Amino acid sequence: MAIALTESAEPPAQAPDLPPEVSGRSPWALAGRRLWRNRIALSALVLFLLIILVCLAAPLYAHDIAKVNPFVNNLNGTTIIDGHKVPLMQQGGGILKLGETPLGPTWHISNYFLGADQQGRDVFARVLYGGRSSLEIGIGSAVICCVIATIIALIAGYFGGLVDAILSRLMDVIWAFPVYLLAISISTVLLTEQSGLSIGPLHLVATSLWLPTIIIAFIYLPYVYRPIRGHVLSVSEKEFVQAGIAQGASDLRLIFSDILPNVISVVIVLLPLMIATTILTESALSFLSIGVQPPNASWGTIISDGQDLLYTRPWVAIAPGIMIVLTVLALNVLGDGVRDALDPRAKLRVEG
Amino acid sequence: MLPIPVKSDKSMCSQGTRGRGHRRFAGRTKAVAGMAGVAALALTAAACGSSGSSSNGNPGQAQGKAGGTYTILANAAFGVADPAQNYTLEEWQLLIDTHDGLVQFKRVGGAPGTEIVPDLATAIPKPTDGGKTYLFHIRKGIKFSNGQVMKPSDFVRTFERQFTVPGPTSFYSGIVGASKCSTKGCDLTKGVVADDNAYTLTIHLTAADPEFLDKLALPFAYVVPGNTTLKLTGNDVPPGTGPYKWESYNPNSEAVLVRNKYFHVWSTDAQPAGYPDKIVEKYGQTISDEVTAVENGQADEVFDGDVIPADRLSELNGAQYSKQVHVNALTADWYWALNTKTAPFNNLKARQAINFAADRNAYVKIGGGPSLAVPTCQVLPPNFPGYKPYCPYTAGSDHTKWTGPDLAKAKALVKASGTKGMKVVVNSTTDETGKALAAQMVSDLNKIGYKASTQLLNGSIQYPYIQNSNNASKWNVAYSAWYQDYPAPSDFLNVLLGCGSIHAHSDASPNIAEFCDQSIQTQMTKAENLSVTDPTAANNIWATVDHAVTDQAPWVDMFNPKQIDFLSKRVQGYQWNPQWYILIDQQWLK
Repeated sequence: MAIALTESAEPPAQAPDLPPEVSGRSPWALAGRRLWRNRIALSALVLFLLIILVCLAAPLYAHDIAKVNPFVNNLNGTTIIDGHKVPLMQQGGGILKLGETPLGPTWHISNYFLGADQQGRDVFARVLYGGRSSLEIGIGSAVICCVIATIIALIAGYFGGLVDAILSRLMDVIWAFPVYLLAISISTVLLTEQSGLSIGPLHLVATSLWLPTIIIAFIYLPYVYRPIRGHVLSVSEKEFVQAGIAQGASDLRLIFSDILPNVISVVIVLLPLMIATTILTESALSFLSIGVQPPNASWGTIISDGQDLLYTRPWVAIAPGIMIVLTVLALNVLGDGVRDALDPRAKLRVEG
Repeated sequence: MLPIPVKSDKSMCSQGTRGRGHRRFAGRTKAVAGMAGVAALALTAAACGSSGSSSNGNPGQAQGKAGGTYTILANAAFGVADPAQNYTLEEWQLLIDTHDGLVQFKRVGGAPGTEIVPDLATAIPKPTDGGKTYLFHIRKGIKFSNGQVMKPSDFVRTFERQFTVPGPTSFYSGIVGASKCSTKGCDLTKGVVADDNAYTLTIHLTAADPEFLDKLALPFAYVVPGNTTLKLTGNDVPPGTGPYKWESYNPNSEAVLVRNKYFHVWSTDAQPAGYPDKIVEKYGQTISDEVTAVENGQADEVFDGDVIPADRLSELNGAQYSKQVHVNALTADWYWALNTKTAPFNNLKARQAINFAADRNAYVKIGGGPSLAVPTCQVLPPNFPGYKPYCPYTAGSDHTKWTGPDLAKAKALVKASGTKGMKVVVNSTTDETGKALAAQMVSDLNKIGYKASTQLLNGSIQYPYIQNSNNASKWNVAYSAWYQDYPAPSDFLNVLLGCGSIHAHSDASPNIAEFCDQSIQTQMTKAENLSVTDPTAANNIWATVDHAVTDQAPWVDMFNPKQIDFLSKRVQGYQWNPQWYILIDQQWLK
């Protein structure tokens, strides 16, 4: 029988005994894989996202579940508890009947879950709304701070010389002021300027959340600028940058195509840590009444509201305090995880 | 004049603050000096006040036992101790036990405590020369706590120090020769004439001053030795003639008063002997901690300028402590000043509209509830000379008391004024009470068609800020409070709403609303002049003025506050003096 030999019929060639093929991975992919393996950091990320989600749902809760306006005084208001009409502000008892105490927690999600504050407002709804403000300011100021600080650091580190000296001394001037003293000074001046603050086409009034956002971003500029500038200085001396210069690449190309990608990991590591820091700063300023202005709320303002109620209505201060702790803890743990993931010397085991 | 408040302890009156959780009692501090005019000054005067009936007080001299150490806890010290400069109730409560003036407010609780009685003078003289000259006969045989004999000429140095030591000099700026005095030097030998042989002191004024005796009863005028430096003594209090002397004062720790071995009683009305052997005032604890210490018997008094936090009041309501609590009505006003120079409140109908819309019941709740605050529509507080109940800004037809807001009338007035939809800036303080008050005012304004927002400032900044006309364009409604300096209607009406109390570009311009109505001012001047010869007729005019001002609505009056005093179980003989509040040395320890 004739056997038609075809190519396909040929027995397969014996493959040489080579090691399995290894696909190349970018540093970002490796970092992502490292982060994925870090369960603690991932848990922190989930917690942070959960907090954001809950705070974003504040209007939903206030309007559709609790049916309250947490920004308006309700000193003469009442609510129904166990079929009884109860005033939100209750006069003191005993012989003297001194003082007015707000309603305490009902633990019913739809009815003053955490009670009322000294102005008869739903504490839980305010904590959710306050979280929106705190997170908006915290994330916003950290992002603005990191972006501006990175740009300045790139310019200073790349050009060096007089440019570096001037920019670095400017940063030193800001750094020379204690953070909170500087923030308080700027806030006090801007908050009393009823006409608001104008930055180019941007006009901010005293009650705008942008005001504390910009103030906080400004005061932390040198804290982000310094480490990034150091990395820029280091990277600028690398051979590939020198090669780019030799090839006649423009300054912009060198800065944004060669240097920036090599320092961006520093910024990414700093970002969650800066968000945690700026949230704490916002809370501190708001606690001092020079951050978020009424009728807006933030976790700091709510703690301030609650400090006079620590004996009788401690949840007014405790609830936003817990939220701050959880948020900052999550961001710090996440920040550590990101740092480990982006550090090529990290000891985390990365499985193939 | 003018007092300038600065935050201070409560005391001082004028502009003060207090309240559940709040307050600034304006204390004033001196610095003011110079400022303005006299009248105002006056205001500062006496310590702020209060008055009222003591719900638990025990007016009248009681018999107790001497001895022991009476301990007061105060959140903060009162600053520099020199009596020519200090302008706080906190120190004045101690100075009245260590020093004496020519005259004094009667040292008893209740309404009689506003009576002026002779102290180092043997009698209260009738002014001569058209009210411009006072001749005092001085008591003999009285020594300072350093053993030095007190002489009439000591008063010359005392009054000169009012001008050489930076302080509220306007109180005594009417003395002949005072106009040439400054911190560089002062010669009052023509205005304060002492005769150490005849033991007389003659004071000449440039113009009659119906409140001069009140001013002489203030600690500024308490005599110190004639060889006392003309410069600030800092925290060393010069010797006085009272039953106690200053053993030490350290603003960071404590003040200690011990008995003056040279003291003897010459007038129980003006300067009775004290009961405790030692009086100690300690500084630095939180007010909440002070309450706990007094509850535990570790101290005897929460300084009555320290406002007890709202969430500690529930403990005090209980049977365990209620007998240690004393509540007294204060002759004080918490109010919103309306900026009458800018829209919308340069319009009378707009001002009346917010008065109709203001939910005073809500403000009372912020002030601690009906046990600690009483709603009001008028300037003069209850139980004050010239007070006749009046409230045109209430629902219902009874215009003698506030019963509720009338939003329909308020909205109609806003519409008629043509100011609907205007932006309104509500200025208040950053403390919890200030924030709550501001939020309520914003709510009241928004209900009648305005677009209101808040402007919150630290308490120590806010009061001078709203007084200064340079800032007048930045706010429309400003929170303030006033505590009497001494019981005179002018201390409220003329000082706070008189044309002469507007001082452009000054931080000491107590007419915050910049309200000036010439016809009302004429009536006020007439009442002041009449008060020397016919107090009753004068008070009737003041009542008319009070109602006329209320009709013009330069303010939104909120409420008249009450004061809480909390003492330890071992304290007996509590008395509430309208001028000095607790009479510390008239209490004894079990």
